[in-house]
Amino acid sequence: MITCPTAAELQAALTLFDRDDAGPADPRRVFLARVADNARALLDREATLGEAAEAGERARLAVLLGVEGDFTDLNRQLCDALRSGAIEPRDPALLDHLRATAIARIAIDQPGYCGLEALLGD
Amino acid sequence: MNIPAALARLAPHLSARATTAVNARQLSGGASLETWAFDLDDGTPLILRRRPEGAAMRETAAPLAHEAALIVAAARTGAPVPVIEHVCDPEDGLGEAFVMRRLEGETLGKRIVRDAAFDTVRPGLAHRCGQVLAQIHGALLDDLPSLATSDARGELARYEAVYRQHTAERPTFEAAFRWLEASAPEPVTPVLVHGDFRNGNLMVHPEQGLVGVLDWELAHLGDPAEDLGWICVNSWRFGQWRQPVGGFGDYQALLDGYAAAGGREILLSRLQFWQALGSLKWGVMCLMMYSSFASGADPSIERAMIGRRVSETEIDLVRLMEAMA
Repeated sequence: MITCPTAAELQAALTLFDRDDAGPADPRRVFLARVADNARALLDREATLGEAAEAGERARLAVLLGVEGDFTDLNRQLCDALRSGAIEPRDPALLDHLRATAIARIAIDQPGYCGLEALLGD
Repeated sequence: MNIPAALARLAPHLSARATTAVNARQLSGGASLETWAFDLDDGTPLILRRRPEGAAMRETAAPLAHEAALIVAAARTGAPVPVIEHVCDPEDGLGEAFVMRRLEGETLGKRIVRDAAFDTVRPGLAHRCGQVLAQIHGALLDDLPSLATSDARGELARYEAVYRQHTAERPTFEAAFRWLEASAPEPVTPVLVHGDFRNGNLMVHPEQGLVGVLDWELAHLGDPAEDLGWICVNSWRFGQWRQPVGGFGDYQALLDGYAAAGGREILLSRLQFWQALGSLKWGVMCLMMYSSFASGADPSIERAMIGRRVSETEIDLVRLMEAMA
């Protein structure tokens, strides 16, 4: 599951924003309305792509670590292995995983972000 | 607190020809600082920077009087900064605040990198940024208010500690911390570092180019390459990723401008180390800002959404790690 924030947290923030939608159109409100629109579009993308992204991430983690487990557990194991030095930060298999993960996440979070083009374009 | 009324009362102290302040309007309402624009009735355009009541200071932020003193010191180096007009006293009724001249120009990076209005100045902007950074870094340390000192390893350790306080589990950050730790440059003699030199804090005029370096809240003593790397972080290139310096110039132009104004030699590899650390720092900052949503301190959709900008820093870090692998 994508966290920080989860889709449920985003939805809760949106609900709160929509409930308060009575104030005058001050610049802050206009700005937040644009952020809210972005959040709705993100949630739509996550509803379509989220499950496949997590399945792909979990499958790659299992291969990289050579063990089975759920996504959260495997992801934590990878973090621990990197922190302890068991996996080198520029290990090619690790970088392949981080690359695929970054591409799948940006497709949900911010598909127009130019770092994607930069990563693919080199 | 009635800001416009307090500014009107302050006006005669700001200019001998002024009797009141007009057109007071809030430009931004950040959580840690407010910015107000106003005019004196003699036509002087001014800015008020003030800390809202009860606002938490940014982790490394200095008091505003401190920031004003820094801007005055930076002005002595020849770097373009706003003129400080007045540091507020309690009797001014504005809280912790100072007043500075309002500069004309644009701070929005999106406009600076794209709008036709900036076509003339854009090609020279990276070189100019290099020159201005060399001026800032040349500040005499005796002239400065007391400042914290940091270097590459210190910054890395500080941000790793912040990341560890968070429950997030981000393998790309874990890898980046170890990679950067292994490649951290040796410390150099510390200089005055602006600490937030990037689009958003650079006032750019369509004809005069860079006319003001703003927001000195994060200034400290440190590695000069920190400022050169920070403006090259991809998060503020606004789509123009092929132009590493703020989306408007290339590395060599920045380094040439730096050398032309007497800056000591900085290797591109050192700059790029700080650029990568910059992406990592920005990623950790996004997580921290999301934390204030998660804790309930700020339930706004803005604070929730900024957490999803962490992935932009991850994609940038992956590209940088691949390039150096």
